[in-house]
Amino acid sequence: MTTQIHPIQHTKKISKNISIQDPLWVRWLLITISIGFISLFICVPLGLVIFQAFSKGITAYFSALSQPDTLSAIKLTLLVAIVTVPLNTLFGVTAAWTITRFDFPGKSLLTTLIDLPFSVSPVISGLIFVLLFGAQGWFGEWLMAHDIKIIFAAPGIILATVFITFPFVARQLIPLMQEMGHQEEEAALSLGAGGWKTFFSVTLPNIKWALLYGVLLCNARAMGEFGAVSVVSGHIRGLTNTLPLHVEVSYNDYDVIGAFASASILAGLAIVTLILKTVLEWKQTTR
Amino acid sequence: MSILLSDISKNFGTFAALHHINLEVPEGELVALLGPSGCGKTTLLRIIAGLEYTDKGKVIINGEDKTQQNVSQRGIGFVFQHYALFRHMTVFENVAFGLRVKPRHSRPSNEVINKKVHALLELVQLDWLHSRYPDQLSGGQRQRIALARALAVEPSVLLLDEPFGALDASVRKDLRLWLRNLHHDLNVTSIFVTHDQEEAMEVASQVVVLNQGQIEQQGSPSEIYDHPANAFVSRFIGQTNVFDLNEHDNDWLKTAGIINVNSTGRIAHVRPHDILIEKSDNLQDATAVLKDWQHLGALIRLELVKNDISNSKKPVFAEMPKEQFKELALRIGDVVKLKIRQAHWFD
Amino acid sequence: MSQRSVMPGFRPSLGYTLLYLGLIVLIPLSTLVFESFKLNWHDYLQIISSKRILSSFQVSFLASLIAASVATVFGFITAWVLVRYSFFGKNIFHALIDLPFALPTAVAGIVLATLFQPSGLLGKFLLTTFGIQVAFKPLGIVVALIFISIPFVVRTVEPVLLEFETSMEEAGSSLGASRWQVFTKIIFPNVFPALLTGFALSFARGVGEYGSVIFIAGNIPYVSEIVPLLIVIKLEQFDIPGATAIALTMLVISFLLLFIINLLQHWARKRSGQL
Repeated sequence: MTTQIHPIQHTKKISKNISIQDPLWVRWLLITISIGFISLFICVPLGLVIFQAFSKGITAYFSALSQPDTLSAIKLTLLVAIVTVPLNTLFGVTAAWTITRFDFPGKSLLTTLIDLPFSVSPVISGLIFVLLFGAQGWFGEWLMAHDIKIIFAAPGIILATVFITFPFVARQLIPLMQEMGHQEEEAALSLGAGGWKTFFSVTLPNIKWALLYGVLLCNARAMGEFGAVSVVSGHIRGLTNTLPLHVEVSYNDYDVIGAFASASILAGLAIVTLILKTVLEWKQTTR
Repeated sequence: MSILLSDISKNFGTFAALHHINLEVPEGELVALLGPSGCGKTTLLRIIAGLEYTDKGKVIINGEDKTQQNVSQRGIGFVFQHYALFRHMTVFENVAFGLRVKPRHSRPSNEVINKKVHALLELVQLDWLHSRYPDQLSGGQRQRIALARALAVEPSVLLLDEPFGALDASVRKDLRLWLRNLHHDLNVTSIFVTHDQEEAMEVASQVVVLNQGQIEQQGSPSEIYDHPANAFVSRFIGQTNVFDLNEHDNDWLKTAGIINVNSTGRIAHVRPHDILIEKSDNLQDATAVLKDWQHLGALIRLELVKNDISNSKKPVFAEMPKEQFKELALRIGDVVKLKIRQAHWFD
Repeated sequence: MSQRSVMPGFRPSLGYTLLYLGLIVLIPLSTLVFESFKLNWHDYLQIISSKRILSSFQVSFLASLIAASVATVFGFITAWVLVRYSFFGKNIFHALIDLPFALPTAVAGIVLATLFQPSGLLGKFLLTTFGIQVAFKPLGIVVALIFISIPFVVRTVEPVLLEFETSMEEAGSSLGASRWQVFTKIIFPNVFPALLTGFALSFARGVGEYGSVIFIAGNIPYVSEIVPLLIVIKLEQFDIPGATAIALTMLVISFLLLFIINLLQHWARKRSGQL
């Protein structure tokens, strides 16, 4: 698939030339339409999370959050992110280095394969791990015999999350490192620096913002993934529920405050992500 | 240090970038690798540097076979076409980089590094910029910093890829002279790549002309200019008029003095300044009509159309000093007599 | 193998990349293919041709198609406004576009369901004024998918608009074209391939989307069940062959559609001279 999203924007001033300026009424109309559209689909839902979470007051909100099930869901979510993000970061950097610094046959196929998890439905991403490690799966009997639990346990949740967030870091780095070219690294090598030294003193400082950006997106998705995780987790309360799953369970139990209190944490995470993202974009362009 | 390349060949996929290059650069020379784009000159430079490995042949620097040695061990200085300054480091840190990455036992102390970097920055006359970042420098300044950075590791050989390629015409002029003087002071064997013949002639002590992956000629600038080895070199080094015996009127060429007892070939190349122009008063002369003329500073370039029986409308270019042009008081449409001093013959 | 390069670490980094890719992505995904070999053609057709599954495919693909179309139109307007105009609060507006990327789908799901249910803030309004019920109907699925799709369109079109040579517009108007002609004959053809990409990304994401849809869809068999939900239902019934068959069909159809859209894109780029 040749499709690419470019989340890192470069803001450029468009000239205020009269000949390419739209008439005032067109400008107002289009601005109104887009603000209306975005408010309806984004701002109102965001506001509603906060409103619902605090609809019974602050005490109810905090008592919902201090439920043991909620706390264990938060713990599991953190665990998943702590394992997933470093793994995929290491992979992303290595893959980007391989793809942008060397020529080898099958390179474009490799690039496509890295993007593969993006084009697979989250539910299918969960399903494949059930097929591998579930009770009726390929390794099911062996795992049972050795009393190792993967599906309906933390390892399965982590695996599915690693799969889902697999391309995030690589995808941020590959276009950037391609555009950068090799010259600075070649200069370092020609001045006598070794491989690691070149990477840490020349490559890394140049890609650090994009790397952080990738890590940020990877983390947001790892903490928020729902579909894949819901297939492999088994929804065991206090044990295999991540925060998003806890939101679902509470909501289905008509525990509105509980659901929205948990949701508000995730929404807060999303907002922090967006703020950091904006900062990183700004850093990236004013580098 | 001397450089010896023996039988270097390099292919990129099915494209043969270099074939069977043999080249010897004696110690202390300032050599230009000159050729049109795509001729393989940058590839050759990168092979000498160790930034590219050769498919065949050997790279010998100062008697040592360096063919398989990694660029970071080769001890060369390389100045990149777009300078490749580390944009997250200050000018000072850029120049110090090569010293800081030395293995601990041979790494100089901070004071030594400090001293040395400032000395180098003074050498390139940019010490006052030491705390700036590359983005805050002009093209010419970046160029000189890149050079200082390459010199910091005391390279045995200095290699420069299109060192003036990205600069304004006026800055380029200054830097050429400066590089020549710097080389004179440092006397480190240097090779630079260029596609600009004027630059090669002005800066280098030796010029190597490359075309389609092969060396066409090697020699001092005057050798190359006065005795081009073949039609390619002659045409590439400076403007030249081409007369093909099969196309042109031989009688006219004889009268003009191109064909004489020394003629040995089919195609004659004549430099514009080797054509003498006088006012014509005799029908026996080899004549031409002045079609147009242009100022080239101290020289005037005349665009002439031959009065001969062939149908060739290709203009002939001649050059003369401004004063002489004034004296002759030529006008467009005048008939002039041509006398050709010297021609190079090729097959 | 490859040409020898001076860059260090080719073998270890390629090795690690391939190993990790194989372990995490390729081997797990291949189980889907191998598992489906256990089914013969007859069983496969039996599973897929059940009425409930067929109607879920219809719901999923149709809803994704409508949602991607709506998002493409409004996403384009939004990208245009963001690139070309300046107005108060533009920066916050710009950052908010990515919220659907950052907000976990489960949160989006419960919020949209609460908002559009008949007693909800917007649901009540739409029901009483226009008689339209959104939640627990196929329309709810469309709404959820529009939410998911917005950033895909905006973020693909935006860079193209940013890099667009405004001198082309100036040339157009200097040759006597009206602003509308400049838009239809110069701007739109140049942006069209990016719009197609945005559409394709939205569509592909929409077909596979689960979390944000299931809360608002109502999940009524034959009416508002989406394909991913059926996979989950089959799994809950321990019907592994059923789940595999549906999953594989969905993957194959999505890849085919993406392939067709890629061809379309290629054609559009060629026609507008971008290849």
